[in-house]
Amino acid sequence: MKLTKEEQDMLDGKLGEGIQKAMEILVALGEIYGARDMVPITSSQVSGVSYKNLGDAGLEFLQDWAAKGARVIVPTTLNPAGADIENWKALGISEEFAKKQKEVVDAYVSMGITPSCTCAPYMIGNAPKYGDHIAWSESSAVSYENSVMGARTNREGGPSALAAAIAGCTPRYGLHLDANRKASLVVNVECELKDHADYGALGYIIGKRAGTKVPYFYLEKNKKVLSDQLRTLGATMAAAGSVALYHVDGVTPEAKRYNMVLSYAERITVKDLKEGYDALDSDAKDIDYVAIGCPHASLDELREIAALLKGKKVKSAVWITTARKIKDNAGPLVEEIEKSGALVVADTCMIVAPIEELGYKTMATNAGKAACYAPSHCKLSTRYGPLKKCIDAAVSGRWE
Amino acid sequence: MHRCGCVREVGVMELKGRVIKKGAAKGIALVSKTPVSFFGFVDPKTGIVTEKGHELFGQSIKGKILVFPYGKGSTVGSYSLYRMKKEGSAPIGIINSECEPIVAVGAIISDIPCVDKVDISKICSGDTVDILDGVVRVG
Repeated sequence: MKLTKEEQDMLDGKLGEGIQKAMEILVALGEIYGARDMVPITSSQVSGVSYKNLGDAGLEFLQDWAAKGARVIVPTTLNPAGADIENWKALGISEEFAKKQKEVVDAYVSMGITPSCTCAPYMIGNAPKYGDHIAWSESSAVSYENSVMGARTNREGGPSALAAAIAGCTPRYGLHLDANRKASLVVNVECELKDHADYGALGYIIGKRAGTKVPYFYLEKNKKVLSDQLRTLGATMAAAGSVALYHVDGVTPEAKRYNMVLSYAERITVKDLKEGYDALDSDAKDIDYVAIGCPHASLDELREIAALLKGKKVKSAVWITTARKIKDNAGPLVEEIEKSGALVVADTCMIVAPIEELGYKTMATNAGKAACYAPSHCKLSTRYGPLKKCIDAAVSGRWE
Repeated sequence: MHRCGCVREVGVMELKGRVIKKGAAKGIALVSKTPVSFFGFVDPKTGIVTEKGHELFGQSIKGKILVFPYGKGSTVGSYSLYRMKKEGSAPIGIINSECEPIVAVGAIISDIPCVDKVDISKICSGDTVDILDGVVRVG
């Protein structure tokens, strides 16, 4: 790889051991993927925050790297942690876990990272612009930034996103290059998409089909697609496959500006969503846990949930997960939701919290990504459907 | 014929690869023909492979030159390798045919010399292997 003098100095350790380690990681990845040089970045999002996933190995590594002087030099936010940092007790999370979780977040804070703990940092101020080169992990946020905002990032892992934040650059390969942003799979969606769950089911079908390809959607019957629905679509495609970028004809920014379809692209038609629902749903009846907010819920979604819960009491445990900043800005909505017995949970989510230790058996959700991961990652059977059905299940304890 | 039954010639052989993490290491090779995930692969205290059904099950990778085609599995694997290094149970060198980011990042953060683009079919478990940056000497 061709490095600038400053980058070479970093690699040679002239700026300290912490930066040297970051540059070694970036150069190795650049060599593996055939990057010619580095590109400066404007923002980073770091995954690998939940103690459930990191364990003591990850915690020790982060503490050691911080002690070697690693500090981030671009705005950097954190993925969800394994617990609500302030309110872990109410969720039933053990003190031991909460203590370890706090040590992880403290290690990141000592590197200069904002302890935001959300998978949707674009909702709380880490919001790169069209054309910005960034280094983000968290596959749903990667998909949103690439596709809906038109920024440019590969699907980074936690250590490589952190290394990029410390060095201020990332190897220029993959989705940083124009040539790799064009679609090789054209998807004609002939059915109507009524709600989030429908977008998630579509995301599942195409995620499985596309793998790492870039899909290009024609949503002819769905002219008014909402940003929250695109978040669900992208998150589920990234979980079911490895989709890091997609385009929607007439909607997403690159599709509006350029012809983003490769001449040899494969073309498929989606007539119904059965395959997606069959994979994400099950036949369980008793619901003891309802989880909404994957990716983290927006203010709009909190409003919709509050309206559906008005005057009701929930039987099962209900987590509405969101970013702390969104919760703080939600005003009376939080109280309205929590009056029903549901909890508005910040900093964490149903996937990265130690759910298997809390004793829940069956989860209802309207989030395709959560439904993809919950069975394997949290040992939960899952019911999947629209928000209203999830709320009804929370109230009755049954999926009818 | 070589003592392990493979057809390569006896004597010192030099294989040139690509540096992932530079450095020198000399030791005994332990070869896996199947991919390796460091997350949940070994007991970090002993270095003994605990992954059920893996061809190296029950063997120790501690202090060995670990040779395998490429990594697989969770990105947390990079951190698992780091943990082994701190516990003293990590391999002293890694040779891959095609290194991917999880192993690359793991080797770099753990200071374990790592080389890829090597024809690993030429290395057998028990061989004495010498790694110096991108060059691997066998025998």
